[in-house]
Order: sequence, then C-alpha cells, then structure tokens
Amino acid sequence: MSQSFDAISAQLRKRHRRSARLKWTSMGALGLAGLFLVLFFADMLSKGLPAFQQAYMQVELEYSEEASRMGRAAMDPEVARLVSRTFERVIPRMIRNDPDLLGTSETRWVLANSQVDQYLKGHASKLRDNERAVVDELAEEGRVALRFNTTFFSRGDSKMAESSGILAAAVGTVMTMLVTLAISFPIGVMTAVYLEEFAPDNRLTQLIEININNLAAIPSILFGLLGLAIFINFFGVPRSSPLVGGMTLALMTLPVIIIATRTALRSVPDSIRHAAFGVGCSRWQVVRDHVLPLAMPGIMTGSIIGLAQAMGETAPLIIVGMVAFIPDVSASFTQAATVLPAQIFTWAGEPERAFVEKTAGGILVLLAILIFLNASAVILRKKFERRW
Amino acid sequence: MNRTLKGRVFKTTIVAAAVMGVVGVAQARDQIRIVGSSTVYPFASYVTEEFGAVTDYPTPVIESTGSGGGIRLFCNGVGEGTPDISNASRRIKASEVERCEENGVTDVTEVKIGSDGIVFAQSSANEALDLTLEQLFLAVAAKVPVDGELVDNPYEKWSDIDASLPDREISIYGPPSTSGTRDAFEELVMEAASEEFEEYGDEAYTEIRSDGVYIDAGENDNLIVQRLSEDTKAFGIFGYSFLVENPDALVAASIEGVEAEPEAISAGDYPIARSLFFYVKNQHAEEVPPLYDYVEMFVSEEMIGELGYLADIGLIPLPEEEREATRQKVEERTRLQVSDLD
Repeated sequence: MSQSFDAISAQLRKRHRRSARLKWTSMGALGLAGLFLVLFFADMLSKGLPAFQQAYMQVELEYSEEASRMGRAAMDPEVARLVSRTFERVIPRMIRNDPDLLGTSETRWVLANSQVDQYLKGHASKLRDNERAVVDELAEEGRVALRFNTTFFSRGDSKMAESSGILAAAVGTVMTMLVTLAISFPIGVMTAVYLEEFAPDNRLTQLIEININNLAAIPSILFGLLGLAIFINFFGVPRSSPLVGGMTLALMTLPVIIIATRTALRSVPDSIRHAAFGVGCSRWQVVRDHVLPLAMPGIMTGSIIGLAQAMGETAPLIIVGMVAFIPDVSASFTQAATVLPAQIFTWAGEPERAFVEKTAGGILVLLAILIFLNASAVILRKKFERRW
Repeated sequence: MNRTLKGRVFKTTIVAAAVMGVVGVAQARDQIRIVGSSTVYPFASYVTEEFGAVTDYPTPVIESTGSGGGIRLFCNGVGEGTPDISNASRRIKASEVERCEENGVTDVTEVKIGSDGIVFAQSSANEALDLTLEQLFLAVAAKVPVDGELVDNPYEKWSDIDASLPDREISIYGPPSTSGTRDAFEELVMEAASEEFEEYGDEAYTEIRSDGVYIDAGENDNLIVQRLSEDTKAFGIFGYSFLVENPDALVAASIEGVEAEPEAISAGDYPIARSLFFYVKNQHAEEVPPLYDYVEMFVSEEMIGELGYLADIGLIPLPEEEREATRQKVEERTRLQVSDLD
C-alpha cells in the first residue's frame, strides 16, 4: 500500500514537473517572439523616426529676369547648391503664373536638399567641406533647421529624397482597397449565405468548399498572373490602375471573406432560424432579418482581416504594374497609381542613402494603419459579439 | 418594403454600370507610359519627375520590368494599352526587332543615353586590389581548366588563383540570373575570359559556380552594399551608381589595371561597361503629344551632359560626339532597322 502511494506521489511529481516544463517552454516561445517584435520595432523606429523631420532653410529670393529662365539664379550661388532642386526648378513656373513677382524679392523658408538634411542628422553626406562650413554657419544663425516633415505626408514619390512622400501611395491604397471591398464583400457574403443557408449538402457543394479553402492558401502571385491574363489582356482594364489592382486583390480576399462569413453564419444557433420559421418567415426573411444581422460582427471582423492582408500585399501588384514610379496623386480609378507596400519596395531599391529613412518611415506608417485596422476588428468583435 | 428593395437593386445596377463605363472609356493619353530596365530606371524616373514638374503634362508612368520584360511589352503592338518607350541596359536583339515588326511596331527610334559600369567592389576596410578578367572568371566560374581538363572550381582563396592575390577566402555577392547586371557580367566577363582558355572549345562559357562561394543576393543592389560593410572579406557585383552613393564604405577593384571611374567607363577602357538605351515607338508620337518633348528633355545637355543632373546620380555620360549623334537621331526620328544590329 505504502509502496503504491510512493509510486503515485512520484508519478504526480513527475506530472507536475512536466506541466511546469511546458509552461516554461511556452513562456520562452512567447518571450522569443516578443523579443523579435521588440527588435524589429526598435530598428524601424530608430531608422524611421528621422524621416518625420526634414531640413528647411531660409533663403533670400530675387525674382529677376534671369530667374524666370533658370531658377537657380534667384538665390545666392553659395546657398543655391544647398536648396532642393524640387523648389529651384519651379521658380520659373511661379514667375510665369504670377508675372507680378518679377523684380520683387522675398525671404522664405524652403526645402533644403537631402545632403544638407543627412548632414544635419549626423548621417553620411556628400557635402564638401566648404559646403559644410556654410551649413554650420547658417545653422548657428538659425537659418537652417530640422522641422516636422509635412512633405512626407503631402507629396508622392520623388527622385529627390527630401521631397518624396507617401501621399500618392496612401491614396492609391485607399482607392485599391475600395475596389477590393466593393467586389469581394458582396460576392463573398452572398456566396457564403448560399452555401450555408440554401445549398444542399452534395458532392458538388463539397467540391466547391474544398476549392474555396484551397484558394485561400494559394500564393498571392498567382492571383497577379490571373489578373494580368483576364483583367488586363482580356478585358482591357488599364494597367497599373487601382481598378485592376483592386480587382486582383479582391480575388485574393474573396476566399478569406467566404470562410469567415460561413463560420459566422454557422455560429448563429439553429433555434433562431427555427423560431423565425415557426412564426411564418420565408427563408429570405430569416436570412435578412435574423441570421445576417447576428452574424455581422463576425463577418466584419473577417473582412477587415482579409482587407488588412490585401493591403500588405505586393507580389500580385508587381504583375499588374502597380509597382511603378508615381509622383502625382491619382485622381481616378483608371489612372496609374501605386500602394504603400509597393512604395516601400521602390524606396528600398534606391541607391541614395537618404532613402533608407524614407523606407523605414513608410514601414512605420503602414504598420500604424495595419494596427488600427486589426484593433478595430478586435473592438468590433468585442462590442457586438453575442454568445448563446 | 418591396419598393425600397427595387430601389436598391436599381442603385446597384447604376453603380455597376458606372464602373463598367469607366473601364470602357478611352484614356486621354497625355501620360507617357514607360517600361524596362531597372538599371535605367533611376535615370528615367529622374527625367519623368522633372518633366512632370516643369511642363503642364502629367508625369509619365514608369515601371521597372527589366530590359527583356520591357521590350516584350513594348513589342506587343501599337495603340492604347502598349507602352510608348522601353528602357534597356543592353541593345535590342534582332529577334526582338523581328517580333516587334510582326506585331506592327515598325517605326522605332533607338536612343543611346550613356554608359554604366559594373563594379567589383569590397568594403573600404580592405586594401586596393587589381584583378584581371581571367582571375575574376576563375573565381566565379562553375568549372575551370586545371592541367588541361575542366574540373569543378577548386579555388577557395584568392591566393589559390594567383599567388600575388591576397590570402583571403573568395566570397562574392552578386545579382540573380533574372537581372540585366548578371547578363552583362556573363557577357563581358565570363564570355570574354572563357575565350582565352582553349579547354572551353568554341563555345562561350557562362556558368557561375553554385557551391556557395557566389551568393545570389537578389535584385536589390542595396542589400549587397549593406552586406559588404558587414562582411568585409566579401566582394559584391553591382552597378556603378551604387558605388557613387557609398564612397566612404566601398572601394572597387580595378580591372586589368583600369579603375572604375567615369572617364574610363565612358571611353570604353574599363572592361566591364555597357551602354544604356531607350526605344521610342514613333507610331505613338501623334497620339501621345508629349512623347517627343520628353525624349528631347532626356537627351538635352542639362540631363545627359557631362555636368548634367543624371551624372550626379551615377549615369556615365557619352563622349561629346556620341551625345551629338544621339540628339541627331532624336531630331530625325531615325528608324531602327534589323540591319543596324550587327
């Protein structure tokens, strides 16, 4: 008896040790994942935060006859070399559009070029020693300074690092996502409603179900190839447009929405359906007035997650031509546009060093949007979820 | 209730029709469409941005598809959906011109804009190095001649190839096989050097070793640059413009005693150099009014000249007569013939 008691307590200790080990290893796994995340964020923040500041300098501008032909002539030559070309080259146009400017002069803050910016931030810069001396002198007088980088949020891509921004890509992302949502949400929800509420359980619907699950796991680049073959080559949708990008991503999001919607519909208890049928509702009324509203939080959550996934996608968009150099904000669904991850990809390939911080800055913005989307999915679920 | 439902269906139909309508409407083509080489891309996008900023036309759309991919799109036909210009980091091939002509693209002007050198660079922590094309070839080829026979590349250290070279492990980061830089490297280094060895027979040998010494570093040249500053014993193969941007971190090996410098590359003395081009579809000139305004801006002295803006970002200017010849071609919109290509 006492022997078997010993054996039992030994076994108990062993089992307790095992669960303690499991606890520690799983905590270790979590810690490791957390560590990677912290490292990633620290790296991105340290590289990306400087992107939100940009060097500006105060210059005296003389709108002379010569400046109306060559912008550089409006400034002191020593300073002109430090000013961004994106400002300098529009001076002739400014004078052309407003002839009263001619012969006047003014002092204003303008964008400095990226070499000045990198020098002020303490990074490697190609400024020569005499140019550095000029910048140092100006900095002492308070005529060159790092300020909040509004350009980053108000312009599109540029070859000049100092004036490149994410607005064009952000607008492109919004337009693309609108198209994706407008196509994949209704089709996805309707498909799921049919499969869950109407379709008989036979070989055919089983086959469809397997294929939908399969589609959700297909590498996204294949959807890009499909988009190229069908939307661009066959239907003639303009290449690089948010329309074709959105349609392609809709194909990718569709299975995610169908699966999420079906799960949400399935979690609505049958008693609700039976009660509705019992008071004489038609199938249409049951679905529209009872089942769909109850399943909506789950459907929304699934759709937002699907959309967030589509938003971070670049591979299929390379194929349909959305990874392109787009300085202008596009105004229609058929104009060429690019999206945030594509913009990040483009910047990562630029030889100029000043683009390193732009790349990291773009990643920070994309992460912020994704966190916002995923958080709103969680909040929606928490707020409207019902348990039976 | 029935009426609101009808109303909804009606609205949905209208929205759908509107979307379809937008698709069907012909695009106003004030916007030039450009595709092609990733090597030319930084220069071309500089010019497109400038073009968008100083003219009233929209900024041309430019996609980096690689030289071969660009020419394929370019030669798909004439009209609406096809690009107006294709950039290339090599000359168009006769077979590609033939395909173009089959598809109705019969009037193309070739524009040569400058040169690009491919550098073989290392971290500046190392001492300067001079290599011959043969030494470079022996370091990267899959099979090399040893005592009159082709064997799997046995060289692990530079000093194994030639006693005068440093006693350092061979480790090279380079572009993948889809890259134009790799094509040019194979042609200018591998083909040229393999002809010097009898063992390869008449055929040019371009196979690169795959035993881990040559590391495929992806299309992004920045990655190679970053790796080199960490891995100081390694070398990297990439375009000259990336060397210009990192003068403090990198130093290029001289090849056959010639330093990778703009003058040497432009004059053709530096052995791993190639010309950069773009091809203009003249049949689009009427339909796309800004087309030749853009081309003229590109070939202006302000852009491709010795003191031009593109030289600042790493384009190696052509000698003056060649720049003149390029402008002449643009002026006359000279038609490219298959017979021009060798």
